[in-house]
Amino acid sequence: MLDVNRIRADFPILKRRIGGRPLVYLDSASTSQKPKQVIDAIRRYYTEYNANVHRGLHRLSEEATVAFEQSRDNFAQFIGARTSKELVFVRNTTEALNLVVFSWGRANLGAGDHVLLTEMEHHSNIVPWQMLATEKGIKLDYVKIDDDGLLNWESFEDLIKGKPKALSLAHVSNALGTINPVKEMAREAHKVGATVVVDAAQSVPHMPVDVADLECDFMAVSGHKMLAPTGIGVLYGRYDLLDHMEPVMGGGEMIREVHLQNSRWNDLPWKFEAGTPNIEGTIGLGAAVDYLSRIGMENVRQHEKNITQYALKRLADVKGLVLYGTRDVEKRGAAISFNLGDIHAHDLATILDTQGIAIRSGHHCAQPLMERLKVPATARASFYVYNTRKEVDILVRALENARKMFKI
Amino acid sequence: MSTGVYKETILDHYRHPRNYGDVPNANAQARKENVLCGDVIEMQLKLDGTRIDAVGFSGEGCAISMASASILTEFSKGRTILEIEKLGKKDVIRLLGSDPGPARIECALLGLEVLKAAIDTRNGPQEKARSDWTAGKR
Repeated sequence: MLDVNRIRADFPILKRRIGGRPLVYLDSASTSQKPKQVIDAIRRYYTEYNANVHRGLHRLSEEATVAFEQSRDNFAQFIGARTSKELVFVRNTTEALNLVVFSWGRANLGAGDHVLLTEMEHHSNIVPWQMLATEKGIKLDYVKIDDDGLLNWESFEDLIKGKPKALSLAHVSNALGTINPVKEMAREAHKVGATVVVDAAQSVPHMPVDVADLECDFMAVSGHKMLAPTGIGVLYGRYDLLDHMEPVMGGGEMIREVHLQNSRWNDLPWKFEAGTPNIEGTIGLGAAVDYLSRIGMENVRQHEKNITQYALKRLADVKGLVLYGTRDVEKRGAAISFNLGDIHAHDLATILDTQGIAIRSGHHCAQPLMERLKVPATARASFYVYNTRKEVDILVRALENARKMFKI
Repeated sequence: MSTGVYKETILDHYRHPRNYGDVPNANAQARKENVLCGDVIEMQLKLDGTRIDAVGFSGEGCAISMASASILTEFSKGRTILEIEKLGKKDVIRLLGSDPGPARIECALLGLEVLKAAIDTRNGPQEKARSDWTAGKR
């Protein structure tokens, strides 16, 4: 089991008070807080060995390069990649997905080809495909969802028959918490020759994820949702796929040799990493992976299952509260979307803020999903390793107060 | 428990919006959306020269945007367009009776933005471009 109190002691920000009350941070699906181990790793880089990577022959550059590449190795091991060469550092999940679309997609998709997405995708897994669709004349299909927020399997089977060239989907929905059966879907998709792209922004931080087990071809992850700094993310890609792809950005670092009229690309993964990278972010990400590995991802998942189960039960008892998504914690992660009576989600977020509680409100960058749910917005509470049942109680009490204030 | 920005006036206007609905024979109207929240407000005006004879609004959104629009319609009825054009953030906060703070001020100002945009359409659609530009600059 995971020792929440010990974990909380590692997060300096959790000592903050908001308007005299202790901070109750329930917005980790948006971005997680950072433990002192991550903050210290970044501080150490700047105070002890700050230098550019892969360039200098001096001691500092050598140390920075070792730390930088060590983070890549850590992450490769963390998600079960065969080799670190399959990991490209990017800014975030959005950039990782854009890289897939504009390198792999642009080279491999043409007019009339279908790409299969789902109704619960984040905008970052819709808009880049739409941009390519406009450019290439490809067609986007969407797997339907049921009212409980799970993907409709018949809809998937029906659309897969259209032989899409790619299946790109969220492993865990940021708005509904739904865990999609990616492994089963990847198997079906591969049977028709589709390439499988997984948006793992909401899964890799919260549960054991193994790219070989999932049999996905690409996977996109953000560091900042898993205890690391903002501005660092990872694209995992199968070696043979990455090897055949063209870079989308040119510049330093990504080249082997440059002449006046032509150049040769660097080896994987640096071929896709033009310019000086986010060194502090990468080192922070390495420390975050170490931190999560020490806790154990099975323990993280179990802790979140427990707290989600408790929260769903307590929230269901709040009069007038509507929960979105499945109640089955085996099929969902720790982000819970809800609305309370006719209180707009933004009003709810503002009221909770006066109690020191941070939640997210709005369309969660998933407007097609909001249209499907027929709501303009939802409030979302999301949990992570440092959240407690007591915080769920504080949330429920504040919601009861809001209910009284709005006379629901 | 502190009610923060949600004073009784705001909740009352949210629950019972004034001047809600279309205005018969309206000769000016506008509709705007707060892209961040998805709040939508539409206003219709019946202008007699430079005086606002009738005003109605419709839309959906949070309590702050809806109450603010409702309060503005009450305020603007019978006033001149010059009086409305002079209104700014401080006036909206005064009319609301509380300051929603930087994160939510856009919600409170949406009604005024739509009202001003509606006034700008009184001479026909050629004025619309200007109102869009003004809105974009805020």
